[in-house]
Amino acid sequence: MSAGTGMVIIGAGECGARAALALREKGHDGTIDLIGDEPHLPYERPPLSKAVLADDAASATFITSAGDLAAAGITYRPGVVASAIERAQKTIRLCDGTGVAYDKLLLATGARPRQLMQDGAVVAGVRYLRNMADCLALRERVRPGTRLLVLGAGFLGLEVAATASARGASVSVIESQPRVLLRGVPEAIARVIENRHVQQGVDIRCGVKITRIETAPGAATVELEDGTRLTGDVIVASIGAVPNVELAQAAGLAVDNGILVDASLTTQDGDILAAGDCCAFPVASQNGRVMRLESWRNALDQSAVAAANMLGQSMAYDAVPWFWSDQYELTLQVAGLADPALAVVRRDLGEGAFLLFHLDAAGRLVAASGIGAGGAVARDIRLAQMLIARSACPDPAALARPDAQLKKMVA
Amino acid sequence: MAQWVAACTVDDIEAEDLIRFDHAGRVFAIYRSPEGDFYATDGICTHEHAFLADGLVMGDIIECPKHNGRFNYKTGAAKGAPVCVNLATYPVRLEGSAVLVDVG
Repeated sequence: MSAGTGMVIIGAGECGARAALALREKGHDGTIDLIGDEPHLPYERPPLSKAVLADDAASATFITSAGDLAAAGITYRPGVVASAIERAQKTIRLCDGTGVAYDKLLLATGARPRQLMQDGAVVAGVRYLRNMADCLALRERVRPGTRLLVLGAGFLGLEVAATASARGASVSVIESQPRVLLRGVPEAIARVIENRHVQQGVDIRCGVKITRIETAPGAATVELEDGTRLTGDVIVASIGAVPNVELAQAAGLAVDNGILVDASLTTQDGDILAAGDCCAFPVASQNGRVMRLESWRNALDQSAVAAANMLGQSMAYDAVPWFWSDQYELTLQVAGLADPALAVVRRDLGEGAFLLFHLDAAGRLVAASGIGAGGAVARDIRLAQMLIARSACPDPAALARPDAQLKKMVA
Repeated sequence: MAQWVAACTVDDIEAEDLIRFDHAGRVFAIYRSPEGDFYATDGICTHEHAFLADGLVMGDIIECPKHNGRFNYKTGAAKGAPVCVNLATYPVRLEGSAVLVDVG
C-alpha cells in the first residue's frame, strides 16, 4: 500500500481497536481513523459478565490508552455514530454530518442484544448486557438479596447468574430449551455447569415456556405455561445477539445473518472489509461453511487478518474457533464446533475435570470441549485446537488416556 | 540482593515444559527449554489472573491458559494481543540436580 493512504475503522470494540493498532504495527504510514459509538476508550467485553460485574470497585480492562493511541497516530473518535457509507466517494458520513474519506474501510460494528418481544413490541423494563453502561447499571441494581430473573441459559445468561449469585442475589434462570448451553456445548459438560449453579442455590428452569412477562419499575413477573409465576426485582434477557449490519446493508453490501465476507474478510466491495461479531465468513475448519461467530477470540484473530489485508496482503482467515466461559471456579473451553451427532471420546483429568473429543466418520478430530477448575483443561484444549487445524486423526484410545500427551500427537 | 532458593530438581520438568513454584506467597513459573536450559518468570499472567503453569510451552514461548496471551519466557517479552505488559524474569542456576531461582 502506498504512503499516505487512509484507513477507517467503524467500531472500537476488541476487533476494531485491535485492528487499528495492528495497522500501525504492520507499518502503515497513512492515517487511521477509529470510530466508536461508546464514550470510553476501547475495552474488553468478556469481564463485563465476570470481574467487572462482580466487584463494585472493579474497572474495565482497557485495550489501549489515550496516550498509546496518540503515540500510534490513531485518530480515535469516541461517542460517534457512523450514519452512512458513501461507496462511490469512498467516504464515511458521521452523525454530525462530517465526512471521513477512506482508501480501505473495516466494518467492526459488532452485535447488539436481541430484544425481548411480546405482543409485537419490545418489552419495557428488561435489562441486557453488552456494553459497559449496561454492566454498570446492572451492577448497581444487583445487591445482596436482589431477586434476579435471567432469561436464557447460554454463556452470557449463566455467567450473569453465577456472578449475581456470588454477589448475594437470589437468581432464577429461565430457558425454553431442554437444557442449559444447548448450542455448542455437549450435554455432559452442560450438566456439570448446571449442577454447579444448583449447588450455588440458583434456580434453573429448563424446557419451560413463558406465557406472559409483566414489568414495572423495579419489578418483573414471568408467568410460565404451567401457571407458575416468578417474581423478581430485576430482569435480564440474554437471548442472543443480532449483528449490526444496517450500515453495510444500506450501502448495498450483501448481508445474511452478518455482513458477508470471503476468507480474506473482504466484502464484495474490495475496499471494504468486515470482521468480528458483525461478519459471516467461511469457517475453514467447517469445510468453508459460512457462519457468524460471536466470540472474543474470533474478534481478536480476525482483527489481525483484516489489518494485514487492508495493507494489501491476501491472508486467509483459517483459525479454529475457540470459546471459553468462567463460572464460579469452573472454566469451560471449546475448540472447534462440536456436533452432537459425532462420536465422542472422554478423557478424565482428575478432580472432576474432563474433556470430550469429537471425531467425524473418518476419524478426524473436529472439536474438543473441556471443563474443570481454573486452567485444568486449557493445555489439552489448546493442543486439540492445533490437532483440529491439522485435520489430524488421533488414536481414540490415546485421547482417552490422560497420560498420553497430546503434545506428542501434534509434533 | 540475590536470594537463591531451590525450586525443584531438573527431573521435575520435561523439556519444553514448565511447572509452578510457590515461594513466600509469590507464584513463579520454572521452565525447561527444548534445549534443556532452565528459566524462571512470574507465574501469573500480566493480562488477567491465570497460572501460567497450566499453559503451553512452544519453543521459547509460554502461552497463557486463559486467553492465549504469549510471552517469551527467556526474556519475559509480551508477544502481542491480548498481553502488552512484559513478564518479570528471574535468574536461574543449577547446583547438582537442584534448580535454584534468585527470587530477590
